[in-house]
Amino acid sequence: MYKKIMVPVDLAHLDALEKALAVAADMSRHYQAELCYVGVTTSQPSSVARSPEEYREKLQAFAHEHAPETGKEPSARVIVSHDPAVDLDHKLIEAIDEVGADLVVMGTHLPKALNAIMPTHGGDIAGHTDASVFLVRP
Amino acid sequence: MENQNNQDPDKANQTESVGVPAPEGPANLIDTDYVIGQDNYAARPLGVDIDIHGAVFSFSALVILAFVILTLALPEQSTAWFDGAKNWINANMSWFLIGAANIFVLLCLFLIFSPLGKVRIGGAHAEPDFSYLSWFAMLFAAGMGVGLMFYGVSEPLTHYGTSLGGTSVGEDGVRTDWAPLGAAAGDQGAAMSLGMAATIFHWGLHPWAIYAIVALSLALFAYNKGLPLTVRSMFYPLLGERIWGWPGHVIDIMAVFATLFGLATSLGIGAQQAAAGLNHLFGIPDGNTTLVLLIAAITAVAVVSIVAGVDKGVKRLSEINLVLAFLLLMFVVFVGPTLMILTGFAKNLGAYLTELPFLSNPFGREDVNFSQGWTTFYWAWWISWSPFVGMFIARVSRGRSVREFLTAVLLVPSTVSVFWMTAFGTTAIKQLQEGFTGASDADLAVKLYEVLGQLPMAEITSFIGIVLVIVFFVTSSDSGSLVIDTITAGGKIDAPKPQRVFWGIIEGAIAIALLAGGGLAALQSAAVAAGLPFTVVLLVGCFAIIKGLMDEPRSA
Repeated sequence: MYKKIMVPVDLAHLDALEKALAVAADMSRHYQAELCYVGVTTSQPSSVARSPEEYREKLQAFAHEHAPETGKEPSARVIVSHDPAVDLDHKLIEAIDEVGADLVVMGTHLPKALNAIMPTHGGDIAGHTDASVFLVRP
Repeated sequence: MENQNNQDPDKANQTESVGVPAPEGPANLIDTDYVIGQDNYAARPLGVDIDIHGAVFSFSALVILAFVILTLALPEQSTAWFDGAKNWINANMSWFLIGAANIFVLLCLFLIFSPLGKVRIGGAHAEPDFSYLSWFAMLFAAGMGVGLMFYGVSEPLTHYGTSLGGTSVGEDGVRTDWAPLGAAAGDQGAAMSLGMAATIFHWGLHPWAIYAIVALSLALFAYNKGLPLTVRSMFYPLLGERIWGWPGHVIDIMAVFATLFGLATSLGIGAQQAAAGLNHLFGIPDGNTTLVLLIAAITAVAVVSIVAGVDKGVKRLSEINLVLAFLLLMFVVFVGPTLMILTGFAKNLGAYLTELPFLSNPFGREDVNFSQGWTTFYWAWWISWSPFVGMFIARVSRGRSVREFLTAVLLVPSTVSVFWMTAFGTTAIKQLQEGFTGASDADLAVKLYEVLGQLPMAEITSFIGIVLVIVFFVTSSDSGSLVIDTITAGGKIDAPKPQRVFWGIIEGAIAIALLAGGGLAALQSAAVAAGLPFTVVLLVGCFAIIKGLMDEPRSA
């Protein structure tokens, strides 16, 4: 049913992602779908990596470690953003098309009052794409 | 300094454990164990995410809040204190500021022509993130903005007037006039060229060299050396690993203060000019209430732009500004004394270069009022702006070579400033020579509108003038919040948005506090007092640039 699953990954907060990663791996096994891990970074040094190239390396290593049991090697895609605090959603929506994903699996937090002003990334992305979006609560 | 040479990225990939790979193409990363954000405090009080550098954020925020409250509570004492600080710096530290600024200009010019200019920011194969036009628009809007609107007419007029008035000496043998250098008593032509040269001196190479030094050292240490994008990184060649401790915190806190007060000065000036314009056009009273409302309203717009981010906020506003400013400039050129402006451009440039050695001489000046009252104030103001403009320029300049960078940051904006000042200054001075004294008699903030009032379509151009002031104001406040947030988050540029909003509001609050507690003089004193200590930081920046560039590989 699904051919390619995109999984947005924040290498700085991997602990919060565990459940989403497990769900993505299960789905990919069930549908024999390809997995693609997407990470957004800045061209400036960050807490995860000191250059976009280092980030790419880390994400590739991450993808290699988190291969589903089918043994199909997941791909990794790095997006460089000038201002990730603001345009993260927009960059991810662009990535869905570029990757050619038909399903997005991503972790999200529980709804809270502030969402009215600053919507969750998952909710925002679901509102702007044709792909199916699976939001995984912690 | 222990460096790790990563000349060959493929090799680095093969030996995975080596750690940090090179940026795009060869560059010379500094090997440090510091992880960006390791000293940060991240939490979610009341459902709002925050991620801040504990020491830098809390210390800066507390001192600033105390400052705002004290200034509002004790306006009289604080005015006296501001004046005292400003007068002391003017009298005793002028030589230091003027001399330091000269060093910055000379270093920039040297780097353009030296082989070090071949180093590329972000690694030898890095590609620019922004097109030339939006890059330039952002440089210009961030760097001068409101000041060009405020001083474009008023400064040439003032210097022309004082020069024409000649010199006068008080009882104690000290000159009491405000004319630059030896003045030009009674000679209209000479007074005009001296007045224009003095104005251009304050808006030409020196301010842009100050920005370029900060921007280049920040960009170099962030993109090529892999250190966090904050001011303390400039000190790595001098202090080494100690920059992650208190010496580094103090440097960052100084940068935050300089930025906040420099910004508040510009915001205050911008608000005064916008209020004067609204009063001139629509008769709205321009008292303190209007000023406070204006600052509050514009800060609100700035917050919206902050939330919209760099690409949708600052970048678009800067581009709008560039177009509007260009239209206004062209209007003045074609409707004003066109021929005089065009010939004046070359003449003023010549006058500027001829007078430059004398105007920039730090020692034994006889024109104390001019060199201390004008030049020292400007230099301190530019320096207090420099962490903010510099970091902003650094952020958008990845992928440019040092030579390209310095040409774009130093020579191009200086030339545009010369043209801008020539266009507005010549028009104003010609009106004065033809007998219109409305502008020269008016307050500083109103002079622009008086001059535009003598040209056709005055309502429209004055309105564009007000819009420009406001949009410049918004871009400054927006990019300023971005920068202060990065510094107070220990170099993290993906810190949560509410922090930026906090700083945006604080900038408005400081501007209001300073205006209410002493007016423009208080604003200027605060900028001067915050700029002086930061001059030392900049001098270290010069050393760091040379040291840092020397061990970078040069692109062909």
